[in-house]
Amino acid sequence: MTTEAPMEAQTIFSPELAARFDKLVTLYPVRRSALIPMLLYAQDEQGYVTDAAIREIAQRIGITPLDVRNVLSYYSLLRTKPVGKYHVQVCTNISCMLRGGQKLFEHCKQRLGVGHKETTPDGIFSLEEVECIGACSWAPAVQVNYDFHDNLTADAMDAVLDQYRKQAEK
Amino acid sequence: MADVTLTVDGKKITAPAGTLLIDACRKAGIEIPAFCYYPGLSLQAACRMCVVRIEKIPKLQTACTTPVAEGMIVATDTDEIKQSRKAMLQLVLANHPLDCPVCDAGGECELQDMTFKYGAADSNFVDVKNHREEQQWSPVVYFDRPRCILCYRCVRVCGEGMDVWALGVQNRGVSSVIAPNGGDHLDCEECGMCIDICPVGALTSGTYRYKTRPWEMTHVGTICTHCGDGCKTTLGMRSSGDGMEIIRGDNRDKSGINGDFLCVKGRYAFDFANHKDRLTQPLLRNAEGKLTPTSWEDALAFAAQRLRKIRDTRGGEQIGIIGSNRTTNEESYLLQKFARSVLGTNNIDHHRTADYVSFAKALAGQEQRAASLRETETAPAILLIGNDPTEQHPMLAWNLRANVRHNRARIYIVNHQEIKLRRQATSFLKISADTYSTCTRFLAGEENSAFGAEATALREALSKEPNLLIVFGAELHGSAIESLVRYGLSLPDTKFACLGDYVNSRGAADMGMYPDMLPGYVPVQQPGAFATEYGERFPAAPGLDLPSMLDAAARGNLAALYVVGSNPVHRYGVAAASLKNTFLIVQDMFLTETALLADVVLPIANLYEKAGTVTNTYGDLQFVKKAADRSGVRTDLELIVRLADKMGADVHSLVPFGQGTRADMGQSRGAQSGEADRHAVWLAAQNLEPKLSPFDPSALLDEIQRLVPGYHFSRLELFSGNDQHVQATAHNTGLVQIVNPAERRDGVLPSEDTLFTSGTLGHYSGKLTEIHDSRNKEILVAAD
Repeated sequence: MTTEAPMEAQTIFSPELAARFDKLVTLYPVRRSALIPMLLYAQDEQGYVTDAAIREIAQRIGITPLDVRNVLSYYSLLRTKPVGKYHVQVCTNISCMLRGGQKLFEHCKQRLGVGHKETTPDGIFSLEEVECIGACSWAPAVQVNYDFHDNLTADAMDAVLDQYRKQAEK
Repeated sequence: MADVTLTVDGKKITAPAGTLLIDACRKAGIEIPAFCYYPGLSLQAACRMCVVRIEKIPKLQTACTTPVAEGMIVATDTDEIKQSRKAMLQLVLANHPLDCPVCDAGGECELQDMTFKYGAADSNFVDVKNHREEQQWSPVVYFDRPRCILCYRCVRVCGEGMDVWALGVQNRGVSSVIAPNGGDHLDCEECGMCIDICPVGALTSGTYRYKTRPWEMTHVGTICTHCGDGCKTTLGMRSSGDGMEIIRGDNRDKSGINGDFLCVKGRYAFDFANHKDRLTQPLLRNAEGKLTPTSWEDALAFAAQRLRKIRDTRGGEQIGIIGSNRTTNEESYLLQKFARSVLGTNNIDHHRTADYVSFAKALAGQEQRAASLRETETAPAILLIGNDPTEQHPMLAWNLRANVRHNRARIYIVNHQEIKLRRQATSFLKISADTYSTCTRFLAGEENSAFGAEATALREALSKEPNLLIVFGAELHGSAIESLVRYGLSLPDTKFACLGDYVNSRGAADMGMYPDMLPGYVPVQQPGAFATEYGERFPAAPGLDLPSMLDAAARGNLAALYVVGSNPVHRYGVAAASLKNTFLIVQDMFLTETALLADVVLPIANLYEKAGTVTNTYGDLQFVKKAADRSGVRTDLELIVRLADKMGADVHSLVPFGQGTRADMGQSRGAQSGEADRHAVWLAAQNLEPKLSPFDPSALLDEIQRLVPGYHFSRLELFSGNDQHVQATAHNTGLVQIVNPAERRDGVLPSEDTLFTSGTLGHYSGKLTEIHDSRNKEILVAAD
C-alpha cells in the first residue's frame, strides 16, 4: 500500500472523467473510498475495467493494483471483459421467475443466439442472467445497459431488441 | 490500563481492560481455538472457531473480537460451543482435500488438530470436491488452492507485517481465493512468512515440499548464520549418508529474539551445507603445485611445522591472521588468543563491517546505553541514520513496522536512498551519500552551516523526544559516531544501536579480532590482565590491520597468513601473485578465491554444525546449538586447538578445560535432547568428551566471562536459549588516548548484501542464487 504522490500527467480516461476522478479522491476521509465509483465510471466509459484502468486507478488512489483487483473481483456488476454495445440483463429472481422470467431468458438466448455472459458475433448484444434488479412490481423485467424494460412478454422483448438493433445500425 | 475481572468456565480471571477475550483466556491457560486470529495482526473474525457463550448476549460471540468487560461471565467449552465448532469444521472440510497423507502440513496442521479435537470426521456434504492444480508462485512459494481455508493470515502478515502487500483475496463467497500480486506469480521479498503462518498446507515451501514428514525430522532451534540480527531459526534435520542433513528451516520455535519473524535467508539459505563443492577432506599443495587431498594428521602437522618455523626464525610479526564474521565467540576469542599467545603476533583482523571500536569508545563508561534488538519493537521514538534495514536487517525492519503499527512509534529516517521503511516514517530526510557525518554534526549542533529547513525541523522534533533510540548504519564511522553519541547523550535516556553485517560481526569485534584491540576493546598498549594471561609471547605493539597485512604480503614481508572462514582475496580484490611468497593456510567450507591460493586447506563445519555463542549487532548474546552434522569436517575451534597442539603449545593454558563442572554437560545437545542415557555417545559425537575436552566451547566461555569486560550473563538463561544483552565496553574511562582517533584507520567495508545475497556464503546457497537470478530475469524482461 503505497503513499506516493498519486497523480500522473497522462491518463487513459477522457479529460472530463480524469477531472472527475481528481475531485472524487478528495471527497472522502480516505482516498480508497473512491475506488468503487471510480471503477464503475471507468467501466461506463470504456465498456469494461481494463488492465490499464486498474493501473491508473491504483496509482490515483495510492494502492496496489492487487488491492483494486481484490475489490473489483468481489462485485458481479464490475467486469474485466468487454460486453456488447447493448448488454441485456434478464432477471430470473423470484418475482420475475413466477411471471415467466426464465422463459424470457430462454427466449433471449434463442433470439440472440448466445448464452449467459456471451456476446453476439457482431458485438451488438450480450446476454446475462442477473439477480434481482429491483423491478419486482413490474416483473418480468430486463435491464439493457442502464434502461429498464418491464412487464415483458416474448413479443415485447423482440420489439425491444429490434429497437436497439435499429439504433445500432443508425 | 485498569484491570477487569471476569469469569471464564467458572474460573475468575483478571486482565487489563481492552484485552481481547481470546488473549485473556489463553493467558489464563484456557484454550480457545482459532484459525484466523493471529496475535499482532488485524482482526478478521472469519473462521468462527473461537466462538464462546457470553451471559446475557443472545448469540455465540467471537472471542477474538470481544474485549473483556467487568463481570463478564463466559463459557468456552459447552456442548453448544463444541457443536458449533464442529459445524464450522464441517464447512471448512466441505471442499478441503483429504490428502493429509501427502500434505506437507500433515502432522503439524491446525485443521487436523481441530478435526481430531472436535471430531468433525463425518460430513453432511455429498458434493464433489472442486479440485485445482497446485501453482508455483515463486522459487519458494507454492499454492495448493483447495487446501486453503481462507483464514487470511497470509494476506495480513504479508501486508501489515511485511509491508509487501503481495497477497490479496479475490472473488467472494465460496469462490474466494488467495491471489498473488503478479497475476500468476509473486513479486515480493520471498520471506516465506505466508508459509509459516498458514495453518494448513495451502502455502508450501519450495525447499521442503514433499521431501519428508515433520515427525521424521529432529528439530533444533539455533541462530541463523546470515545477517547481524541473529534470529533464531528452527532447523529440521534428517539422517543422511554422511551425517545429519538440514531439510527445512522455519520458525516453528517462536521463543527467539525474532518472535514470529524469519526472512528468506534464515528460512531457505541453509543449503550451502549440502552444496556439491563442499570440502570434506584437507588439501595440501603438492610438489606440482596442485591441491591434493591428504589426511588431517599430515595437513595439521605440516601447517603447524611451517608456522612454528616461521615464528621461531622470522618472528611472530611475519605471521598474519584473518578471522571470520561467522565463527562463534569462543572461536573468535580462541583465534586471537592463539595469535597473541602462541604465534606471538598482533597481526589479526577480520572483514570489518561496522565501526564497533569507535562505538565502544564513544560509549566508554556509559551503562545501559546500547539497545537490544528487542527494544526496537518498543521504543517510542527511533532515529534511523543510514542503512536499509528492509534489505540488510530484515528483523529490525519487521520490529520497526510492528512498533509503528502497535505503539504508534515515531520513526525518523535520515538516508541517501529512498528506503522502503520511509513509508512507516514520521519524517524522512534525504541527504546525499557523502554528507552523513556533516548531517550528524548538524543534528548534534556541532555544525553551524545551514543544512536545510527539513534538517532543522528534524533537529527540533528530536529535541522533544524523551526516549530516543538511535540506530545507525556503517555510513557512520570514526568521529561521526563519536559526535552522534555525544549528541544522543545530551538528550534524556537515549539508547544506541550500531548496525554491522553478519551474524557474529559484533562478536568478532567484542572478542578482540583487531590488531590494536584486545577482547572487550581493551587497547593492546594497556593490556591489563591480558598481558599475564597471554604469556610471554604476547607482543606489546599493535599489529597490522587487514589491508596492511595484504600489502606486506605483496611486498614479501609476510611469511605466513592464516585465514579462518574469510575470503579476503575476493572481498579486497587481491591479486593472486601478491600472496605467492606467503605460506597460506585457509579454513573454509569451499574452495573460495582465497582457498584456491592456499598451501593448506582445512574443511570446516559451519555455524549450524557446532555449538557456542554469538553476539548480534545490538549486543544480544545467544546460544548456538549444534543442529546438522557432516562427516569429514571439523569445527574451527578444534582446528585451532589442534594446530596449537602440533606447534608444541600448552593446550591447557590455551583452553582452560577440565576445570570444574561448568563445561557443556549436554546443554547444547540440541537434536538429541532429553535422552540422558545417550549422553556419552552424544558428547563424543560433538567432540565433547565426558572428561571435558579441549574442544569444549564452554571452557572458553568461562574465560570470556572472566576476562571480557561487559560479558556478564547467566548461563542458565543462555542454555535455556534466551538472549541476553551484553555490552563489551571498557568501563574504565581513565584510559589514556594512545592513538589519535583521527589517525586510526577504521577500515570499515560494508558488505552491502541485499535480502538475496550473503557474502561468499550466499554464492553457495542454491536457493538464494535461484531467487536472486529469477528476480534479475524479471527485471530484464521488464526493461525490454
